[in-house]
Amino acid sequence: MNLQADRSLLMLLGTLFVLLVVASIAGWALGRALTSDSARATMKNVNARIRAWWVMAAVFGATLAGGATWSILLFGLVSFLALREFVTMVPTRRGDHRPLAWAFFVVLPVQYALVWAGWYGLFSILIPVYVSILLALWAAIGGDTQRFLERAAMTQWGLTICVYFVSCVPALLMLRIPGFEGQNARLLFFLVFVVQLSDVLQYVWGKSIGRRPLAPSISPNKTWEGLIGGLVCATAAGTALWWATPFTPLQAAALACTIGVMGFAGGLIMSAIKRDRGVKDYGTLIPGHGGMLDRIDSLCFAAPVFFHLTRYFYAT
Amino acid sequence: MIATAMAGAVRLLTGPGVEWRCAPCSGAQRIYFANHASHLDFVVIWSALPPSIRRLVRPVADRHYWEHNALRRELARHVFNAVLVDRGCASSASPREAARAATARICAGMGDRHSLILFPEGTRSLTGEVSAFKSGLYFLAQCRPEVELVPVHLWNLQRILPKGEWLPLPMLSRVVFGEPLAVRRGEEKGAFLERARAAVTELGDAA
Repeated sequence: MNLQADRSLLMLLGTLFVLLVVASIAGWALGRALTSDSARATMKNVNARIRAWWVMAAVFGATLAGGATWSILLFGLVSFLALREFVTMVPTRRGDHRPLAWAFFVVLPVQYALVWAGWYGLFSILIPVYVSILLALWAAIGGDTQRFLERAAMTQWGLTICVYFVSCVPALLMLRIPGFEGQNARLLFFLVFVVQLSDVLQYVWGKSIGRRPLAPSISPNKTWEGLIGGLVCATAAGTALWWATPFTPLQAAALACTIGVMGFAGGLIMSAIKRDRGVKDYGTLIPGHGGMLDRIDSLCFAAPVFFHLTRYFYAT
Repeated sequence: MIATAMAGAVRLLTGPGVEWRCAPCSGAQRIYFANHASHLDFVVIWSALPPSIRRLVRPVADRHYWEHNALRRELARHVFNAVLVDRGCASSASPREAARAATARICAGMGDRHSLILFPEGTRSLTGEVSAFKSGLYFLAQCRPEVELVPVHLWNLQRILPKGEWLPLPMLSRVVFGEPLAVRRGEEKGAFLERARAAVTELGDAA
């Protein structure tokens, strides 16, 4: 991707930069203005998150500008870190060792190689069909039948969420959209930006005016006010980016809203898994945010839906 | 240099969270003793130590395993600078004699500046449970009373590279270094070993 040739991408990255500057200043000012201890603690966490956002935005922006190969490598690494957190947390047994070794060292690289090669057919069925059969078969041959169903599901779901779903993000680069050739990096930006902004705005709305908890047994921080406020704002932000996409403003709004809803669903599902396992975060990789999976839970579930909608309606 | 590269590789692979409940450097010689579940264990501990003291830390390892072929021998001698001892009753001497000889060897290996990494269970656990400690730790503590005995808990290594597997899974691990302990005046061998074992286990519970 040549940045000079794609001024729109440059403008998108510039928007992100300005947004982070504004957030940093606001976070700093709020941190000084607040007096109560709990509010200060919250702002300390928020400011740690903003600093981590700078790092994540810089890495994401640099790989987008660097071209398809870099984006594929980046999301391959994200998949790896996410799968590692997932597998660490779930109670696999000795008999899962070799199937899991295959998941890490063969399935993951092959899935991203398929994205790189643009082989859509195999990309879309490798994990749901072939890998799900082969790894379950292998675990069965291993002979340990204790909690077999649960363990097969853990391996398969780990791969589906952390590898298959995440690989749908760089897979946007292989879509052929008439009149939009060579500009797919902007679709990737649109997806990641809207889904993460929706996350942040749901948090902000929830913290400021949230009253009615949505699913108190899963996540006490998720409220109806947060969800609706976040969705409306993220949809508005997505609509405002229509000029950088192959979508009309109305279509951009519909897709941004879908991304927001799917992201919310992802956050809820991944939280339910955490509650099930009795952990608060998946890891400690990203200061203020938790682990990689805590950061990308919403992206995992928004990516495949956005990818397939875009492919169905726009790609040839 | 190879050792540093290996420590780096293991850190990447197992992404260990390291927690210190004592000062990382005290100036005293130390024996780090840990639960044992995997061949990676001592490299994980070693890579978790501050680089300045790594060079002075020697793992205690089974001679039979590490002198099995030229590569292992080279690694043990020149890369890890291991103290190799005979485990169990490899020699014809009585178990007591063998234990005494091993203790003397390990004491000699410490000299007056080296610290040790020791796995008092003597063998790798299959389940992650910490089994009973062998006597070596107690004899060493008696032979070198000024040395600090630092309990270390390793978490998840039995899943990363279990006994019998050769390919490690890149899962996350955790290393917790606890407060040093010492043999109390008049403490029986069995009581001390149980207390040392409990110290390692408790570090895992609190994590």
